[in-house]
Amino acid sequence: MSDSTDSVSEPTRSTKRNLLATLEIDTRLLGMIGAFIVVCLVFNFLTDGRFLTPRNIFNLTIQTVSVALMATGMVFVIVTRNIDLSVGSLLATCSAIMAMMQTVVLPDWMGLGLEHPLIAPMAILTGILAGAIIGAFHGWLIGYLTIPAFIVTLGGLFVWRNVAWHLTNGQTIGPLDSNFQLLGGINGTLGETWSWVFGALAVIATLYALIAARRSKVRHEFQVKPVWAEVVIGGIATVAILGFVAILNAYEIPSRRLERSFEDRGLTMPEGFTAGYGIPYSVVLLIVVAIIMIVLARRTRLGRYIFAAGGNPEAAELSGIRTRALTVKVFMIMGILCAISAVVASARLTFHTNDIGTLDELRVIAAAVIGGTALSGGVGTIYGAILGALIMQSLQSGMAMVGVDAPYQNIVVGIVLVLAVYVDILYRKRTGS
Amino acid sequence: MSSEIDRTGTPLVEMRNMRKAFGGIHAVDNVTIDLYPGEVVGVLGHNGAGKSVLMKMLSGALPRDSGEIYVNGEKAEINNPRDARNYQIETIYQYLALADNLDAAANLFLGRELTTPLGFVDDAKMEAETRKIMGRLTPNFRRFNTPVAGLSGGQRQSVAISRAVYFNAKILIMDEPTAALGVEETRMVAELIDELKKRGIGILLIDHDIHQVKALCDRASVMKNGKLVGTVEVDKVSEDDLLGMIILGKKPEMAA
Ligand SMILES: Nc1ncnc2c1ncn2[C@@H]1O[C@H](COP(=O)(O)OP(=O)(O)OP(=O)(O)O)[C@@H](O)[C@H]1O
Ligand SMILES: [Mg+2]
Repeated sequence: MSDSTDSVSEPTRSTKRNLLATLEIDTRLLGMIGAFIVVCLVFNFLTDGRFLTPRNIFNLTIQTVSVALMATGMVFVIVTRNIDLSVGSLLATCSAIMAMMQTVVLPDWMGLGLEHPLIAPMAILTGILAGAIIGAFHGWLIGYLTIPAFIVTLGGLFVWRNVAWHLTNGQTIGPLDSNFQLLGGINGTLGETWSWVFGALAVIATLYALIAARRSKVRHEFQVKPVWAEVVIGGIATVAILGFVAILNAYEIPSRRLERSFEDRGLTMPEGFTAGYGIPYSVVLLIVVAIIMIVLARRTRLGRYIFAAGGNPEAAELSGIRTRALTVKVFMIMGILCAISAVVASARLTFHTNDIGTLDELRVIAAAVIGGTALSGGVGTIYGAILGALIMQSLQSGMAMVGVDAPYQNIVVGIVLVLAVYVDILYRKRTGS
Repeated sequence: MSSEIDRTGTPLVEMRNMRKAFGGIHAVDNVTIDLYPGEVVGVLGHNGAGKSVLMKMLSGALPRDSGEIYVNGEKAEINNPRDARNYQIETIYQYLALADNLDAAANLFLGRELTTPLGFVDDAKMEAETRKIMGRLTPNFRRFNTPVAGLSGGQRQSVAISRAVYFNAKILIMDEPTAALGVEETRMVAELIDELKKRGIGILLIDHDIHQVKALCDRASVMKNGKLVGTVEVDKVSEDDLLGMIILGKKPEMAA
């Protein structure tokens, strides 16, 4: 969606614009990446280099996953001109259900005993099912009974937070199953070798996607960008992916912890042995979810209809699209993502608490909006929302490292949200998109 | 139009005793019209006469209160836009029914996307088809990759018209298709109507321009306050007769 072909002639900037136009890079995405880099550099300066260490980058990524997962679903919700205020509460209900499955239902009632290998998958499936059903129910109230999404999910915000409380009798439930905990972040990572394998596969997939897109354009005799432009984009992607892997691999597992894991297997650790954490499973999960959501958004009918219905609900209806069923599907996807997010959030804490996910609805909406999703509907990207979540988390972690108190952090985040939307409005006015 | 239409066989479409009320307003009140293959029937009337509502009942956009629709002599169940499309009824709506945030190809194929063998939408193929079909209507059109919000009224209209042509409409409803168009584009739409007519497509054309109706249509059905004033062959009446029907609701004596 670039308007650059018709850009007004502005002599001073034309060369810069032409370069971007040739590369066919979304300038909005570029702006966000730029903002993210500035945030990182500023905090790195303020913390004397502590912000951009492998350890902090590792922590930043695992802290972002939970909100980022839900933000991808919030894009669909907002694109269809709806809103979901209940995601934090829904996360809590799913987390409570999964915690009870792991600690009571499966081990005691079903007699599997604690730490049975089936516990984690069955608990997760139950949680996802619950999320899907609750989400679909919200969608049905909104689509078929035509109750505004704001009201339905505001009600949901109260209901599901307290259903979670009811399910657990208001208690903290834990520790959770150790396989389940692998999805929390630092407790489950790929290790150095598999991280490189994952990185290599990601590079191959990216390059393949670039080549396939180009082939398809050539086949239909559309204009393609020059080969050097493709090479530049492929090169940047490759460096970014492998650089990310290298950084996460550089975060070393503390030697005491390594020693213990050797002892557990009845071995002694060789002198000078080190190992990096590598990519956390939760981040792999986010990447997989992101790819699925991007494919859904851009390559399936469902995604096409979501954007069409957001752009002009009447036109969508007249084109034969079942917009009410579409609303149910969108909220069901949101519910599933809340459940997946609940897995990551509770696994990271290693237990379920009453206040898990509190205020997440606001963070998730903010991430989607900072990522360029327009509340007026029809516009938004999945990768933008993830980047939005990352920017918010960087701001918050960075301020915490600098020693800003939590209330002041929230003031800054609030201001940034409003400012980001204003900048977006200015941007859209100038590009006319 | 000089070409004689054979009206002895079964009509392509027949709408019998159609009714639709909104609250107390009888938007369409017991209207019966028909349309034969290769024929253009103008639907005329003052603002608010009920023309669009009548057409929307045929295209499945509005549910009817009562009345029957026959396609090729057989009773048709049309309850939503998908049903109408299955009868190869295509509609170009008065208020352009396009999703502003999508490009021309996405709009043209909306609801009927071309897909790859794996079931993913095939954007490249759809764009190629769009380029072909739109090339005929607006040869200068280049903006295939921008959201249609950025297009002119005429360009948007040609997306809507292309859609109807591409999907082989048998019955085409055009609700003021040239209202947003310039002289040149209007001429092109007129040519297109002639061409579609030759292919045996039946067209229901809503238009306020009497001159154009005289030029393009075979018959004209005039509505006033939701009721049908009458249907006349345009060659057998004068422009003044048509105006009299529209404004006064008076049917000229000689017309059958
Ligand atoms: N969705 C609706 N709800 C309520 N009333 C409606 C609706 N659609 C149309 N009407 C009413 O039905 C009547 C007929 O409207 P219609 O749109 O068919 O007029 P029209 O003949 O197409 O006029 P125009 O030439 O201005 O397009 C009007 O009185 C209008 O106010
Ligand atoms: Mg009308």
